[in-house]
Amino acid sequence: MDEKNIYLCRCENFTLKELHDLLDSGITSMEEIKRLSRGTMGPCQGKTCRDLIAKEIANYLNKDMSEIDMPTYRAPVKPVKLGEIAGGNKNA
Amino acid sequence: MRKKADVVVIGGGSIGCSVAYNLAKKGFKNIVLLERKYLSSGSTGRCGAGIRQMWGTEMNCLISRGSAEIFKTLGEETGFGDVEFRQSGYLLTTYDPSQTERLRKNLAVQHKLGINSHMITPKEAKEIVPYVNTEGMDAAFFCQEDGHINPFKVTFAFAKGAQDLGVEISRYNSVTDIKYKDRKITSIVTEEGEILTDAVVNAAGAWCKEIGKMIGLSHPVEPERHQILITEPLEDMMGPLVMSFAHDSYIQQVPHGGFIMGYGNPDEPKKINFNHDWSFLEQMAKKAVFQLPVLKDVRFVRQWAGHYEISPDGQPILGSVPEMDNYFMALGCGKGFMLSPMIGKLIAEKMAGEATSLPIDSLSIERFAKGELIVETGVV
Repeated sequence: MDEKNIYLCRCENFTLKELHDLLDSGITSMEEIKRLSRGTMGPCQGKTCRDLIAKEIANYLNKDMSEIDMPTYRAPVKPVKLGEIAGGNKNA
Repeated sequence: MRKKADVVVIGGGSIGCSVAYNLAKKGFKNIVLLERKYLSSGSTGRCGAGIRQMWGTEMNCLISRGSAEIFKTLGEETGFGDVEFRQSGYLLTTYDPSQTERLRKNLAVQHKLGINSHMITPKEAKEIVPYVNTEGMDAAFFCQEDGHINPFKVTFAFAKGAQDLGVEISRYNSVTDIKYKDRKITSIVTEEGEILTDAVVNAAGAWCKEIGKMIGLSHPVEPERHQILITEPLEDMMGPLVMSFAHDSYIQQVPHGGFIMGYGNPDEPKKINFNHDWSFLEQMAKKAVFQLPVLKDVRFVRQWAGHYEISPDGQPILGSVPEMDNYFMALGCGKGFMLSPMIGKLIAEKMAGEATSLPIDSLSIERFAKGELIVETGVV
């Protein structure tokens, strides 16, 4: 299958081809790949794609998973409306 | 990593990468840039991504104006590509006459330097940003040439430009010590070994004090935590960044579609603190829903924290220091990202012994000892 059509991060449309291009250009830090590609930065917070991207980086660079600088998960666990936070439940 | 360098730049944020790029462009050879984590990890990649020229001191205005010009061509010049520069404007809002008066005085400074900013009425503000709530608003200030740029892309554009000119970038490599004799630094000790060097640039931002201590200097700069959140992406509906001087906050919709918003609490203890907290979220949500009621139904998807490095007068600290001959400071002090293109250029000119494009001697660290402070009052 064409690497252009394989999506690693579905929220931000980050493909396998784009990952390989970044790695080939010398950007091998996953933290940097996240920030350049937006992969893991969508509404799912990377819960779907983070490990997938990390595994592929390790695989492509022939490294151990423990050598990959995996980004942290940020809060919140799931998206919340600002109005619910600002006004409490009664305004939700 | 190289064992010998002509210049070592400490810090892989937008300023460090800009300094390295500008030095290489100026003809400096054998430059090594050291970054303790990954590029943009310190403050640049955590910032609000705004570009602003409406400042209150001449130097802040001039450096930001020059930087905005460089941002226009940076992506093309470095071969990086689009860096998402949008001159979509800044709308500063005030809610009492004393704030208005303070910003009105700043307008005089801006107009003298050719910055196209205006004081407008709340009604006019609503014409520019239809979703803004004008309840209680006293006045607003607008500059169309302010706006947004992607901090990650800017940093990587500078880094690419630098690397293409032969700069070595060493990531995940902390500086652990600095060796010096009399007035001269001789080498930088890192986790990966020692580098002999002829000159050093401190672009360590919120960590600059730690670097200063290694050569026996006390830099009067403290890290202040600022927190941010971003929402889910929506269709483009906002235009300018909205910065309220009553809420001490900023809110902008970035080209990706999300609304990024944040503020800092100046009363917190000054230290590095990457934790985000619930109280920020609650306060920020209240500030946002008050200023832009339409945001109440928008979901926030991520929050994080970063730091401003705060100088006593809110202006950058640039150039040499009285105690050392081959040590240079390149600190933006709370707005380093948006000033990074000009800071890199000015430091490279200074280190090359040329006349600098702007008179940066007034921003030397010596001003604090001499008491020659010109305080910037417009930092949010």
